[in-house]
Parts: sequence; structure tokens; C-alpha cells
Amino acid sequence: MSVSDAPSVRRLSTRQLTRQRRLASYRRTWRAFRSHRSGMLGLGILLVFVVVALAAPILADSKGLDVTLANGPVLGAPSSHYWLGTDDNGRSVLTLLIWGSRVSLFVGLSATVISMVIGTLMGLISGYFAGWIGRITFRITEWMLVIPFLPLAIALAAVLGRGLVNIIIVIGVTSWPSTALLIRSQTLSIKERAYVERAEAIGGGRWHQMGRHVLPNVMPMVFANTTLTVAAAILTETTLSFLGLGDPTRTSWGTMLDSAYQVGAITTGSWWFVIPPGVCVVLVVLAFTLVGQALEEVLNPRLRARQ
Amino acid sequence: MSESSLLAIRDLHVTYATGDGPLSAVRGVDLTVERGQIVGVAGESGCGKSTLASTILRLQPANATVTGRVLFDGDDVLTMRWGALRAVRWAGASIVFQGALHSLNPVQRVGDQIAEPIRVHQPALGERATTSRIAELLEQVGLDPARARSYPHQLSGGQKQRVMIAMALACDPQLVVADEPTTALDVMVQAQVLDVLSALVRERGVGMMMISHDLSVLADLCDRITVMYAGRVVEEGPAAEVFADALHPYSGALSAAFPRVGDPDARFSPAGLPGDPPDPRHLTQGCSFAPRCPRAADVCLPAEPELATYAEGRAAACVRIGQPDAQEAAS
Amino acid sequence: MSLVAEPGLVAEGEQPEARSRGRSYGSYVVVKVLGSIGSLLFMLLVNFFLFRVLPGNAAQTLGRGRLNTPAQVAAFNKAYGLDKSVPQQFLIFLKSTAHGDLGLSVKYRLPVSQLIMDRLWPTLLLVGLSTILSTLIGVYLGIRGAWSRGSVFDKISTSSSLTLYAMPEWWLGLMLIAGLGVGFAFVPGIFPTGGLHSPDVNPSSLHGVLDTTWHLVLPVATLTLAYLAEYSLIMRSSLLDELGEDYLQTARAKGLRDVVVRNRHAVRNALLPTTTVIALNIGFVVSGAITVETVFSIPGLGLLSTEAIGVPDFAVLQGTFLVASAGVIAANLVANLIYGWLDPRVRT
Repeated sequence: MSVSDAPSVRRLSTRQLTRQRRLASYRRTWRAFRSHRSGMLGLGILLVFVVVALAAPILADSKGLDVTLANGPVLGAPSSHYWLGTDDNGRSVLTLLIWGSRVSLFVGLSATVISMVIGTLMGLISGYFAGWIGRITFRITEWMLVIPFLPLAIALAAVLGRGLVNIIIVIGVTSWPSTALLIRSQTLSIKERAYVERAEAIGGGRWHQMGRHVLPNVMPMVFANTTLTVAAAILTETTLSFLGLGDPTRTSWGTMLDSAYQVGAITTGSWWFVIPPGVCVVLVVLAFTLVGQALEEVLNPRLRARQ
Repeated sequence: MSESSLLAIRDLHVTYATGDGPLSAVRGVDLTVERGQIVGVAGESGCGKSTLASTILRLQPANATVTGRVLFDGDDVLTMRWGALRAVRWAGASIVFQGALHSLNPVQRVGDQIAEPIRVHQPALGERATTSRIAELLEQVGLDPARARSYPHQLSGGQKQRVMIAMALACDPQLVVADEPTTALDVMVQAQVLDVLSALVRERGVGMMMISHDLSVLADLCDRITVMYAGRVVEEGPAAEVFADALHPYSGALSAAFPRVGDPDARFSPAGLPGDPPDPRHLTQGCSFAPRCPRAADVCLPAEPELATYAEGRAAACVRIGQPDAQEAAS
Repeated sequence: MSLVAEPGLVAEGEQPEARSRGRSYGSYVVVKVLGSIGSLLFMLLVNFFLFRVLPGNAAQTLGRGRLNTPAQVAAFNKAYGLDKSVPQQFLIFLKSTAHGDLGLSVKYRLPVSQLIMDRLWPTLLLVGLSTILSTLIGVYLGIRGAWSRGSVFDKISTSSSLTLYAMPEWWLGLMLIAGLGVGFAFVPGIFPTGGLHSPDVNPSSLHGVLDTTWHLVLPVATLTLAYLAEYSLIMRSSLLDELGEDYLQTARAKGLRDVVVRNRHAVRNALLPTTTVIALNIGFVVSGAITVETVFSIPGLGLLSTEAIGVPDFAVLQGTFLVASAGVIAANLVANLIYGWLDPRVRT
């Protein structure tokens, strides 16, 4: 009996077979992720914040951000009218919080894109190429890694000036080294594997190898690392905004905390101005971290075995 | 079974509690090793031989439930008090672990690792005596005593394996369990390691239990062989007889898998066995070897065959021994 | 008496995987020191280009719009050496840095190097104390968490570590000030809310030293809490990894007691990845010190940097960046040397 005898067997092309297998592995990964309680909790929290950020115009009137239109009490305590009280300009803290989520999330995500692109490229190059290209990119990564990020970010931000795009650039440019290091070690271990050798033996060129063999196998780790990078980027944006380096025209959780600190909200006991933005940052960063850790465990069989 | 046996394992059952349910790794194994005797344990990976070895020193993992008796010199290791167990560990019986690559602490010098059990069991020996003992041990396995100051990553595979053997001898044990001592070694080094092990038995009267999936190695070295499959003993007997003229189809397949050089028949007979060992979590009814057995028949399906004696000192667990083959019956 | 027939044959017949006499610790030290010098030079390059090669005319930016006529611009350029070629400027920069001349602060009208020397020791105190405390406490919590895996202690420890890790350290500081400095509801504030010294106390007297220590409690606690979380998570994770290793079974088989197997073998080996993380983290501790000093008004290098942002006092920013980076490079070198001493495998 041969395959062609069986009536209902469709001959699949290589591409279709690959796609089928890839879909099956995604489904497996999702199922494995679903069993992770902490990962699902993180995902849930993230969804809440993303929905709030996207639905900001519906949830809170954007006019509430305008300082000239504010008519609430200065640093007023939470009341039935202002659920989270008011800031030093009389604006509703809740409105600021909702709109601030947009900036914080947007900056975090865009900066991550930059960081991941640079980091993955540098990591792939330094891991894959053995000659002086690989060595010099590795050295640069190492040197960048040693420089403490905040002094560099402060210097860069002071030089570039305040602004949304600038702060995204600053965060992106200072956070790629750790990603590059991770991708590099992943690339190195994949390079060792037999199928890369085999691809070379049948004549696959360098770029073909990187694109078809190395990159798809590095992508899972890249994906897991991305979520962790977003967490770090949001923390950095909050810190930079707190130090007065953020975009002055936009409210983010960091700028809220900067204002709170400048007007001495701590000493006057205006907790509603200080605690909510911080709590939001902690929740979002925690959520991304949980998702990232769960992804790492799902995608790294060695960690899974420990469970 | 005599009371003076060095090692007597009786009706050993080891079950692991895993996330997917209980896993029976060892299902009722009896085994005896006398002083000065080498007993081989053969089988594929997953048949339970390493689990068996670990119970001899009560090293099984926490999620394992063990029943039965493991009598070392008459005392049951499984129920000993900690003090007695500690005395047995290394000073009574020692293990040469599989995969010396990972069985040595990577950041400690090998000399210190050999010294460690000496300091535990013979603390009164003193530094100078310990150092000379280490040098002596290394020489006995054919290594330069200066190697004591090396780290494991500075040694080759064969050298690491010999360090493991030297370490196992450090406290003059009565029983040495060698778990796959020659796997991952090239043939020349294999021969040297086996020489060391056999000399041990000849010159010191040490009892040895040697575990391997390579039946030809065991046939050369051992006095008796026990063949395991899916956690049970399927055959046991004098080594040469089990190797040359197996009773159980599995033993036959194992010995056929290693062709004898110079034997014209071996060049033409099919070697190797199709299929994989059964998943210990989902064992079927009846003989666990039946799915892969070339001589399987309906009579094999109802129950797991018991170990039966066929000759002096020979036993096998197969209901088809002595029965005609299907082809023979048909002709 | 040998157990092998011909020992001579055996000893020579094999090639070891690595050279046995290989590299020793000495050559490892040399390699690491050279690497650090490379990092230092790269950092100086970045430092130079960051501030000189600015978008737009350097004189315009540095002169803060006070230079209007071409003559003024030319004079400014000459004074700051901006009329020379870039490589020449870099060499001048290197030379003056080597001599300790880091420029003049626009805000304070003092040499930057003097400002930095004045403000150095509070930062060192803060960073040093918190690194030591966070390492010790973090490692201990990680070990306990790994051993009692799944227990209540482990669960609480892991989740609070995760939460602390997600928190900006300066916000934690603000919370501590609010809770323990200012006080809330019926709980009185017991710690000072900021500063390093009380106004009318002589800092060099015994009372002054105690007073300084009292002022440092909250800032040090903040930085310690912020980083012990990460160390505890790493230690726990690497110890759990280590517990699965085969050589621990060998150790147990030798008759060693569980405690000994634990400490002498597992923990000691699990400390290695933790050391790497602590080394990598030094940069973050310094970064954290900047924000914590700002929040607690500690007159150290961090506060100096953040005060310089608003002006913008570029000379100060350049100087603090240089000092902070050089400090981190030095600390990393020390950490690498310690690691090389602990793990012989990296020496070859």
C-alpha cells in the first residue's frame, strides 16, 4: 500500500507543511501559556490597561487635561465629583491618570521597538559572524552595557531637549545592549546545532541561513525578551519624566509624579496625587514582567522541566 | 539466596509520582551479587536500571516510592537509620556514575573531590596520608598523580571516567556499582577502563554490579547477567550463556545488535529491534515486550509472564520458550 | 601497584580537551584589566561626542543664545577650542580630563572637579551600603526561597520581590518618606524626610555621625529594597537550576549530610551567576542612586546631576557622566576579578 492509494490524503507542499507545523506549535505554546496562572494574570492586567488607554476619549473628557479650563480645588481630596481628587492645577487626577496611560504605554512600546531592532541586529551579527565583524559588535555591546544607563540618558536627553520623540530615542538607544547580549547567546547556541551545519552542507548561503534557520529560532526568545524590555522602558520613561526630562506638553504617569513632588504633595499628605500614578506603573510593569517570565518558561524547555 | 550475599535486592518496586500520574520504573526486581562476583545488568535506556542502582544507596529522588528490600551485607538499606546509611555510602558500596561530565563538581579540583569521602569516613587520616592515598588511587587507574590539581574541564572524557573510578575506590568499598562506565568513550579507552574494573575484582575481591546497554561488554566482563525490560527482569543467567544462547527474545535481540567480528552469519542476519520501549506511564496488559517481539503470539497477551527457571542458574520470563515458532508450526 | 597493565601507555595516549597548564589567574587578570581600559576609552569617546557634536551649532547651544555677533561666536569658539578639528578637540579633551580639568560649572561658577569631589562621599556611602545590604539579604532570601520551594515563605518572598522589582525605586522612596518620614493617619513620622544632616549639628562630631546615619536610613533602605528583589530572584533561580545537577547526587552518595551538600556544593556554585548579575547591576544601582538622592535631597553626585538638568549645566552633566561611568567600569572590573577567582572555568 502506498500513499497514493489512500483516497483522502492531500499532498502538501513544503511551505504548507511548514505553516501547518508552525501553527500547531503556536497553538501548543498558547496552551502551555494558558496553564501559567501568573502569566494569565499579567495578560489580564495588560488587557485592562490597553483598553483604558485606547478608550481614553470615552472614559475621560480630554478637556480635563487643559490647565486653563480647570476649575477644581487645588490639591483637593477625593470626593464624589473628583473620584481621585485634583492636582495642583485643579484638574481631575483620574482624568490625568487615564490619559497618562496613553503616553506611558506609547512611549514604552515605541522605545521597545527601537531597542529590540538595534538589539536583535547587534545580537545576531555578533553571534553569527565569527570574524572581526562579530568581535567588534560584541565589544561595542559590552562597552555600552558597562555605561550606567541613567547618566547616559540624562546627558542624551539634556542634549536633545525635551519632547516625545526625543525621549523615545533616548530610551531606545540606552536599552538595547542587554537584549543584544541575550540574542547573541541564543544565536551562538543555535549556530552549534546540527541543522545549521546541514544547511551549510547543502549550500545555503550566509543570509539564507540567518533568515531561514537562525532567525525563526531566535524569534521566540526575542518575543519573550520584548515584553520584559517594555517593562523596563516604561520604568525608564517614568523616571526620566520624574526628573523633568519628559515631554512638557503631555501628561504621563511620570510627569504627574514630577508635579506631585515639586508641589510637595508628600508633605501636605495629598496621597491621591502620589499613590495612583505609582500604582499604575507598578501594575503595568508587573504585568509585562509576569507575561515575559511565563513566556520564557514556556519557550525554554529547560525551565519547563523544572516545573 | 544466601544470607551472606554481598547485595541482595528482593522484590523491589520503585514508582515515581509525576504530574502526569504514577510512573513505575522498577516493577518487582530480584538481584543478587556475591563477593568477588561481577553481575551485569543489561537493557535499553528507560528500563529502570539506573533507578535500581540509585536505590542501593537510597539515593532515589523525593518523589519516588520504594517498596521491597535492598540488603547490603544482610542489612536493609531502605530502612536503615541515617548513621548506618552514611557508613554504607561510599565506605560499604560506591557508585561510578554515568556521565562523568556532569557527575563531577566543575569548580572543584578533582583531588579535593576524591579526598572528600575520605575526610567524611576516615577523618583521623590526616592531610599527608590523604594526599598520598589520592596519589595512590590515581596511579592505580593509570593517571598521573599531578592530575589531582586539575579541574574537571581540563580532563578528557576517559580521564574523567577514571577519576570517577578512583573516587569510587577511595574508601575501600566492598561493592562497586558501575553505571554505564564506558558509554561515550572511544573503543581504546573503553578497553582500558574495563581492564581497571576487572582488575579491581580479581585483586581485591570487590563485588561489582555493572550496568550497560552494551551486552557484548557485559558478556566479556561479567560472571552473571540480568536483562531488564520495562522495569522487570526478563532473563538472568551465566554471562556467556545469556549472550550466546539467549532464552528471552529480547536478550537475543540485544546480543544480536552487536555483531561479532568474523562471524559470517552475523553479517547477514538482521540486527536491531524496531520500535521503542514502552512508556512506563501507560503499560499495556500482558507481556510488555509483546508489541516489539518477533515471536509474540496470542498466548502472550493476557498476563505479564513470570520469571521461571529453565536450567541450573538460568531463568527467563517468557511463555513462548520451548514453543515452536509460528512459521515452524505452519510448515 | 597498578590496576592497569601499562600505565605509561595510558597516560600518553589521550589528548585532554583543554590545555591542562592553560591560563592561570594572572593572565586572566591582565585580560580583564585591558578590557576595562578599552571600556574606559570607549566611554570617553561617547562622553566627548555626546556633548561636542551636538545637533546644531555647538556655540549656539553651549553659549545659550547669548552669542549674537559673528565675532562673539568666533571668540567663543576659540576659547573652547571649537575652531580646531574634531580629532584635535578630542585629544585636548583627553589631556584636560587626565589632568582633572573637567570644565567650569555654569550654575555654581566652580570647577566641576571640585564640585564632584565635594559631593562624592555621600554617593559612595549610599551606593556602597545598599549594595552590601541588598546582596547579603537578597542572597539569603533567594537561598531560603529555593530550599523551601512552594512554601508560604517562598510564595510571599517571590511575589514581593516581583512587586519591588516593578517599582521605580524613587517612588518607593516617596512612599517611605510618606509613611515613615511624614507619617500618616495616626502613625507619626520618625525619620527625617530629607537631607544628610540636621541643621544645627556638627557633622564631624559623634552626634553628627549618628545624625548622618539616621538621615541615611530611609535612602539606604530604599535602594536596598529596590535591588535585593532582583538578587533574591536570581539566586533562587540559579540555585533551583543547580539543584538539578548530577554532581550533587555524587556528593550525597559519598555520605555527606544534606546541609553540607547544600552549602559546599549547590549554593557555592549557584553564587556564580548571581555574582554576574550583581556585577551587571552596579550600573543600575548608580542610576538608582541618582533618583533616590533627588527624592531625599542627599547632596551627592546624583542630586548634582539632576540639578544640572534644568540649567542646563553641560559641563557638570559631562563630568558626572564621566565619573559615574568610570566608577561602574571599575566596580565591574572588581566583580570580574572576583568571579574569575571563584570559577576556574573562565580562566582558560
